[in-house]
Amino acid sequence: MDLQAIAFYLLAAVTVISGFLVITARNPVHSVLFLIMAFFTAAGLFVMLGAEFLAMLLIVVYVGAVAVLFLFVVMMLDVDFTQLREGFARYLPIGMAVGGVLAVEMVMVAVTVAANGAAGKNAAPAAPVADLPNAEAIGRVLYTDYIYFFQAAGLVLLVAMIGAIVLTLRRRPGVRRQNIGDQVARTPASGMKIVQIKSGEGLSE
Amino acid sequence: MTFQDALLLARPEVFLAASTLVLLVWGAFRGDKAMGEVSIGASLALFVAAGFAAVSPEGTAFAGGFIADGASIFGKVAIYLISPVAIYLGDRWLVRVGNGRFEFPILILLAALGMGMMVSAGDLISLYIGVELQSLALYVLAAFRRDDPKASEAGLKYFVLGALSSGLLLYGASLIYGFAGSTHFDLIAKSIEGGATGTGVLFGLVFLICGLAFKVSAAPFHMWTPDVYEGAPTPVVGFFAAAPKLAAMLLLARVLSEGFGTALEQWRQIIVVTAFLSVAVGAFGGLAQSNIKRLLAYSSIANIGYALIGLSAGSAEGMEAVLVFMVLYMIDVTGFFACLGALSRNGKPMEQLSDFAGLARVRPGMALALTALSFSVMGLPPFSGFWAKMFVFKAAIASGQWPLAVVLLLGSVVAAFYYLRLIKTMWFDAAPGQTDKEPLDAKGVAIASALFCFPVVLPALALLEPLAKTAALAFGLK
Repeated sequence: MDLQAIAFYLLAAVTVISGFLVITARNPVHSVLFLIMAFFTAAGLFVMLGAEFLAMLLIVVYVGAVAVLFLFVVMMLDVDFTQLREGFARYLPIGMAVGGVLAVEMVMVAVTVAANGAAGKNAAPAAPVADLPNAEAIGRVLYTDYIYFFQAAGLVLLVAMIGAIVLTLRRRPGVRRQNIGDQVARTPASGMKIVQIKSGEGLSE
Repeated sequence: MTFQDALLLARPEVFLAASTLVLLVWGAFRGDKAMGEVSIGASLALFVAAGFAAVSPEGTAFAGGFIADGASIFGKVAIYLISPVAIYLGDRWLVRVGNGRFEFPILILLAALGMGMMVSAGDLISLYIGVELQSLALYVLAAFRRDDPKASEAGLKYFVLGALSSGLLLYGASLIYGFAGSTHFDLIAKSIEGGATGTGVLFGLVFLICGLAFKVSAAPFHMWTPDVYEGAPTPVVGFFAAAPKLAAMLLLARVLSEGFGTALEQWRQIIVVTAFLSVAVGAFGGLAQSNIKRLLAYSSIANIGYALIGLSAGSAEGMEAVLVFMVLYMIDVTGFFACLGALSRNGKPMEQLSDFAGLARVRPGMALALTALSFSVMGLPPFSGFWAKMFVFKAAIASGQWPLAVVLLLGSVVAAFYYLRLIKTMWFDAAPGQTDKEPLDAKGVAIASALFCFPVVLPALALLEPLAKTAALAFGLK
């Protein structure tokens, strides 16, 4: 067995195991950490496929931003995870049944793959561009062939932004904010009031 | 094809996207008092986009990701014309409940844009992005009244289940790409025809259909529908019971006929089963409902079942039936929700079946409109629902789908019970009291769509049918 095969099986096994641990770990923080591990090993698999740009992107975007954000959310939200898991045992049999059927189907598909080869008699998906580094190859199609998808994906993100603002931004009437213009425009006349108080009486206001 | 030609093909979408951005900036600077202006601008933009779509040239652009053909033009014109109605109803309604914000028309505009992308998708990537753009906007619209716990629940439920369905859809798409070697519908069809793909690509297709069945709320992926319909704001429900269903059905028809036309026998089995289940769930599930919005949710599940029967015919006639059915259903359902948005008693919306008791004496105009709409959805001649079902029935018979044609009839008979119960409650029960004066806007839309059900449908159908026929030919089925 050559080195590449060893690396592949190692990375693949760690990916699957940590994926499994993401959903079984008792502590949600551990779940997120296992998710990060799964991202790292998946990035390793990308490198083995020769997609080093995607591998780095996976780490920068998913580990660096998404997973860390998850971690913050998990730590800040006061969610009772034991309560969330209450139905787990009850739904386990049906979940196992569905999962089992899916697993059997996937094995059947895998058998046909083994018999026919991955894409059958088709050409390999997306023929690699000769002598171009990954990032350049993506850059060449991203703003030309895929400009439509790229711009449309931007609109999807715009909707997400609008949605977040619509659902969470609210103006609270009672909050006093600092208004520098008002502060600077204050004069002694508007900022001060002289009141004569009779002795023995308080100031009622 | 040059870039200019590509932009010309996508002119309705480019125009909509640009006007969305302009209106968004306008609203952001002027604040919520600009809601009326933004609504008018959004409606105008949709009308102009519909005009652009109607005169659009045909062809494919952006490396096959975007298709402009008879079917997509038909779908776009219908979608862009029905969306302003949703803006009009929703705008007035939100102002009345004191929740008017300028983002509402913007979100409708973005949802319509997503639907336009869906009906022109020629590639699994544009399929997914279109679906996502449309559904994200709808999730936010469902939860638009954030102070209402039911609306928030509806939005969250819709979002979580929608995300699950997107996961299924993407998983299927990745399998199809892996086995067929392309995300482009034409190339997928070619590789299936070559016979080299085997069961792998069909395995992916099953997941893809599951994901899209979620979006059209076909059984057994319908469980979100009653809860979301009940909780979301009424005019918003009226919007997402209409146009998104048409867009998703057109998308499903395009994927199945253009991407998998060579595997017709395989996907037909799946569609037959979902059609059968949807009709059954919609007809029997509605019997036990006392909330009108939940009842309409089951009715929409059943109606999607009827449309799927047309799809399962796998012929040009079947596709034509789907198009005609969805357009007529869209107008029906918009009228229904306009009625619900118009009627209230002591400031509380009338949503229970018992609230409608004696409506005929209190509000004869609304009762008459609701009765006409009910007759239509029931499929009683000569109302529009009858013609819609006729087309589906004929297509099913012509392609030898006898059992499904019988199911359509039986389902209609069972579902007739709950529409008749509504009619009986309105006309023969004693009224519990006066209802509030109905607002002119919702009443107008309700009466207009009731009039469309009969008699306007007769001349309209003569116009619609040839259009649908040419549109259906674009799918390339016999």
